[in-house]
Amino acid sequence: MTAARVVGLHVLVLALLFAAQFVVSDYDQLTLTRMMVLAVYAVGYNLLFGYAGLLSLGHALFFGAGLYGAGLAAYHFEAGVPLAFVAGLAASLLVSLLIGLIALRTRGVSFMIVTMMFAQAGFLALLYFSRWTGGDQGLPLPAAARSFTVAGLTIDLADAGTRYNVAVALLAVAIGIGLLVVMRPGGRVLVAIRENEERTRMLGYDVFAHKLKAFVISGGLSGAAGAAYGLMFAYIGATFASIQYSIEVLLFTLLGGAGTLLGPVLGTILMFYLIDKASEVTSAYLLVVGFVLVGLILWFPKGILGTVRDRWARWLP
Amino acid sequence: MSLLATRGLSRHFGGLRAVDGVDFTLEPGEIRAIIGPNGAGKTTFVSLLCGRIAPTAGSVLFRGRDVTRLPAHRRVGLGIAYTFQITNIYPSLTAFDNVALAAQSSLGRGRFAPIHADALRQKVGAALAAVGLADRAGEKAGELAYGHQRLIEVAMGLALEPQVLILDEPTQGLSDAEITDFCALVRRIAETATILLIEHNMDVVMQLAHRITVMDRGRILAEGDPSAIRADRAVQAAYLGS
Repeated sequence: MTAARVVGLHVLVLALLFAAQFVVSDYDQLTLTRMMVLAVYAVGYNLLFGYAGLLSLGHALFFGAGLYGAGLAAYHFEAGVPLAFVAGLAASLLVSLLIGLIALRTRGVSFMIVTMMFAQAGFLALLYFSRWTGGDQGLPLPAAARSFTVAGLTIDLADAGTRYNVAVALLAVAIGIGLLVVMRPGGRVLVAIRENEERTRMLGYDVFAHKLKAFVISGGLSGAAGAAYGLMFAYIGATFASIQYSIEVLLFTLLGGAGTLLGPVLGTILMFYLIDKASEVTSAYLLVVGFVLVGLILWFPKGILGTVRDRWARWLP
Repeated sequence: MSLLATRGLSRHFGGLRAVDGVDFTLEPGEIRAIIGPNGAGKTTFVSLLCGRIAPTAGSVLFRGRDVTRLPAHRRVGLGIAYTFQITNIYPSLTAFDNVALAAQSSLGRGRFAPIHADALRQKVGAALAAVGLADRAGEKAGELAYGHQRLIEVAMGLALEPQVLILDEPTQGLSDAEITDFCALVRRIAETATILLIEHNMDVVMQLAHRITVMDRGRILAEGDPSAIRADRAVQAAYLGS
């Protein structure tokens, strides 16, 4: 059964990530934690870009909305971790709903520009209101904002091992949501919109409503990643809402394979690793990233897993 | 009550009156052909019926209900299905997925419960079998022969379970043998749906149509059964004889 194989593969990947904490060094564990949170962001981005075919250049806005929603709740209102996380998630859902309602009236290049424009407006607003947001200096979150208790169990996000497992859990939820969206009939409709919007409309689908749904789910996952990132690493800053974060998530997705569920996860890990290594050698690591992007577009437009799917594994979702 | 009707339906593109004050009625169960020279406004007219484009003036009624302001996807939901003049399928998806998209649209109509996978598979299988492509379900639609791609398009129309199926030049680019099969297929579809057919191939029109509407320069020039249309002098002048 394809469905069983698909679920099995994703569970296996998550199990491997879980097991990795017992073999890797402390430094690599921290890096993997960051990678996984960013992978949640990429999984969210890919639902919109890879499946619905909408290329947003402004997803940092939703990542930032989650980051600041959670961070400001924790910093100014001393919200606990669960409440702060929910605040971040709610902020990103609200922002993506509002932006989606406007941006989805455009398509193609206009859509890219509109999303980028909103993201820049958000980024500049964070700088402008630096009295509350900390601007580009950012804000460190108090230690009290990182520890919480569920069912008698104290979870301290300052502890590296705990943090790692929270990241695995979050990624599992994100992949689960991705599977739910993609594997059900609704996922086929998203792909149909990507492939032929007019045809899909004439099959009786409300294309705008489907796009908006994908946009909000995508924005919400991005925001969840942002909220988790802020709370886990106890720092929020405007940089996270800058264009760099909009572009990087696109790169993660392209490298791993847009329109494959695990592609963004693989892409995030590889690209993060590449940036990490390149920045050890040269300060011009963005140049390396640029070359990778050009190479990808030229020779692997479908990314790693997209190519794998075409050649060997047609069943890959 | 007529199934589909228009009153004074017009669509102007700048100074061009592509459709100009058309009053039209379609009765349930008939096979209606629309013919006319190139640029007569046939495709624009049916696009107004299915909601792909908005009219400049006039109204469209479906079962007596005014649907002029209803968006296209809602009209499909009511049972007005349109198949494109130029083959318009999802080339990178399998034949199954193409038809499944249509099937899940009609299965999901007016309900919120999830669609049962077996019901979907059954329905797709039935639609593919009806056009004779049951054994091609797993192939990429874009890799099928052109005639088969047209049949996929028809299968999608069928899976929508429409009350009226609009076929825009369905036999264009098909071989003679394929056209014969196609005519038989249309007759079978007509047992459950009303058919509105734009067609240039006069053999097909004369064979299939119960009634024929002739359009010229955005207006209805004549309407009647095939023998009457064949005898009509105005039609001969505009179209048939020339």
